[in-house]
Amino acid sequence: MSVTKTTYNDKVVRQFAVMTVIWGIVGMLVGVIIAAQLVWPELNIGWLHFGRLRALHTNAVIFAFGGSALFATSYWVVQRTNHTRLWGGPLIPFTFWGWQVVILLAAITLPLGITQAKEYAELEWPIDILITLVWVSYAVVFFGTIAKRTVSHIYVANWFFGAFIIAVALLHLVNSAAVPITLTKSYSAYSGVQDAMIQWWYGHNAVGFFLTAGFLGMMYYFVPKQAGRPVYSYRLSVVHFWALIFTYMWAGPHHLHYTALPDWTQSVGMVFSLILLAPSWGGMINGIMTLSGAWHKLRDDPILKFLITSLSFYGMSTFEGPMMAIKTVNALSHYTDWTVGHVHSGALGWVAMVSIGSIYYLLPKLFGKTEMYSTKLVTTHFWIATIGTVLYIASMWIAGVMQGLMWRAVNVDGTLAYSFVESVKGSYPFWAIRWLGGVLFLSGMLIMAYNMFKTMAGGKIQDVPVNAAVAHHA
Amino acid sequence: MSDFVSEFWNMYVIVITAASVFACIALLYVQSKATFTPGKTMGHVWDDTLEEYNNPMPMWWSWLFLITIVFTVIYFTLYPGLGNVKGMLGWTSANAHQAEVAKMDATVKPLFAKYQAMDVKAVAGDKQAMEMGKNLYLTYCMQCHGADARGAKGFPNLTDSDWQWGGEPEQIKATLNEGRMGVMPPHAQVGADTVKDLANYVRSLSGLPNDSVRAAKGKEAFNSVGCSGCHGPDAKGMQALGAPNLTDKVWLYGSSEAVISETINGGRNNKMPAWKEFLGDGKIHVLTAYVYSLSQGK
Repeated sequence: MSVTKTTYNDKVVRQFAVMTVIWGIVGMLVGVIIAAQLVWPELNIGWLHFGRLRALHTNAVIFAFGGSALFATSYWVVQRTNHTRLWGGPLIPFTFWGWQVVILLAAITLPLGITQAKEYAELEWPIDILITLVWVSYAVVFFGTIAKRTVSHIYVANWFFGAFIIAVALLHLVNSAAVPITLTKSYSAYSGVQDAMIQWWYGHNAVGFFLTAGFLGMMYYFVPKQAGRPVYSYRLSVVHFWALIFTYMWAGPHHLHYTALPDWTQSVGMVFSLILLAPSWGGMINGIMTLSGAWHKLRDDPILKFLITSLSFYGMSTFEGPMMAIKTVNALSHYTDWTVGHVHSGALGWVAMVSIGSIYYLLPKLFGKTEMYSTKLVTTHFWIATIGTVLYIASMWIAGVMQGLMWRAVNVDGTLAYSFVESVKGSYPFWAIRWLGGVLFLSGMLIMAYNMFKTMAGGKIQDVPVNAAVAHHA
Repeated sequence: MSDFVSEFWNMYVIVITAASVFACIALLYVQSKATFTPGKTMGHVWDDTLEEYNNPMPMWWSWLFLITIVFTVIYFTLYPGLGNVKGMLGWTSANAHQAEVAKMDATVKPLFAKYQAMDVKAVAGDKQAMEMGKNLYLTYCMQCHGADARGAKGFPNLTDSDWQWGGEPEQIKATLNEGRMGVMPPHAQVGADTVKDLANYVRSLSGLPNDSVRAAKGKEAFNSVGCSGCHGPDAKGMQALGAPNLTDKVWLYGSSEAVISETINGGRNNKMPAWKEFLGDGKIHVLTAYVYSLSQGK
């Protein structure tokens, strides 16, 4: 095989990168709609009510937007850092088209009320089987590419992408195990508290591996690339990688504090969530410290702004998470909007921002340009997204703490001081602010789409030859 | 009760949990013993520019990691966490709940004991007691009877002076304590025509527009098919049975001919739940006074 003639497979990266932006707009639009439905309940029309659209929103932003971003970046990174073309032949386009079909089926079945009723795993069994096929193909392509690498050492970003792919396969297979009754209905293979535990073992590791490990893989490539600096500490990446992979698996029970789950299980979930603090911060430190000596670049590089801000939100969310996992704190925060705020500080601040930054990095390169159509619009996007995120998180903190305090307040005679509906009434202004935050974040995505299409319009797709250099020992 | 079906699973959980905590320490220890060359890279280059510094982990970060691990060891010593090992504090979530209930009871019980010693009518005149009664009402009763206690279809209005089971303190208390089963048997067997007659008669009792010929026939049927057995020959009801007075203008299910016919044809099954066990005598006493107070001055 002639090395000089081999090129990188950027077609699939292009496809996923463009769909990241499209699905981002769709998913966030549904989010804005359900946020509006809480402020103006008359917007709950027919099947398009909150109960059905909420699952569509979470699936669209996590698996369609986040998933596409992960596919795009992992396919780019695994080729670039292993100095080889993507391996897998027809499996590669199958991962793209298969994943798009999964998303399409989700968009059809969820509003129809076809659901397994498992949070973040709502899709029914035939779709689950398709997900499995796509995911196994993804694993074959990814690890197959690593296997035929022309460098001896596997770059850190690949560890994280690899762990994400393996863990998600395991989580999906175990949690979605069900007995089909008809084509559109199945019953979980587990029952009672075991079912709840399996669900949250899945649920929290979906956060840990889909929304964290995968995006850390992204971070480990795009931050040093954009900053033009070496990763701060190799050893830190080793420790925090293994610690993260290892301890995340235990944290699920913190979603089931003060339930029928046995006391020992709740304790294990709580303490391992606390242990998770340092391993999580390891990733943040390695990312932010990579910029040391190049801080000035933050001033006029909006892509770097996105990446570094995402790490700051990552650090904040991963501090907040362990704190909320402490039983006594959880007694206040559980079931309130505080949880919703926490999730979105991770989802908007970390996951979306690191994806957006990475996709901005990729787009010009994918379409034969040196930079985006308008760098100014990227900066505008950054500020709108940041303000939107802050409005979202802050309003949910206030609403959440208020709800928690109202729900536990009692009169002298031992009765509850507030009825539930009073806490709903009190939450109104904050739900309006949350909606506004969402609108801002969505507007940013629309600016991104405009910028993307303008960049594409003037671009010329060029095949890039595979890097022939062999990583060497010093 | 044990959470495990066998001792094996208990040991399995203990070993795997302890090993996991130990593994975190081992990982941190082994890796911190590596040779570091601060400010120098590891010597590998990927994709033209990607490199890694061989910097040590930040000291404060290693300490943070270690502190959380030490906390875990302490926590597992004090609290349940290692399988069936109880923890030195003997804490369980069930005990913690019981303790909170006991603490609340200790502050609340004397308050209710004070009113329990008083007559219901006297309690109804006490401002603080009525505050408490309202709190109780809004917690336990409003779901059916409404926030304003004016009821809804099938749920009696508590603010009027019409009482299905009696409005004296003892009767209200009995209703709250034991609950009530309001059963009207179905009478479709008398035939559609007679049902229509009866409905017209019942409407005539409270002065609603009706077919007077049918109403006259209905009056006869009222006695012959057995309505008067519960509602009384004068249709003024019977509180001992919970049979409503049909001559007032209060309607539990509705006054249209269609709804009355539905009631006669299908009968009605109504249930007020019993609260004695759940609320206890003190709260029932105050709640009785509150419900009693709702219809006073009417």
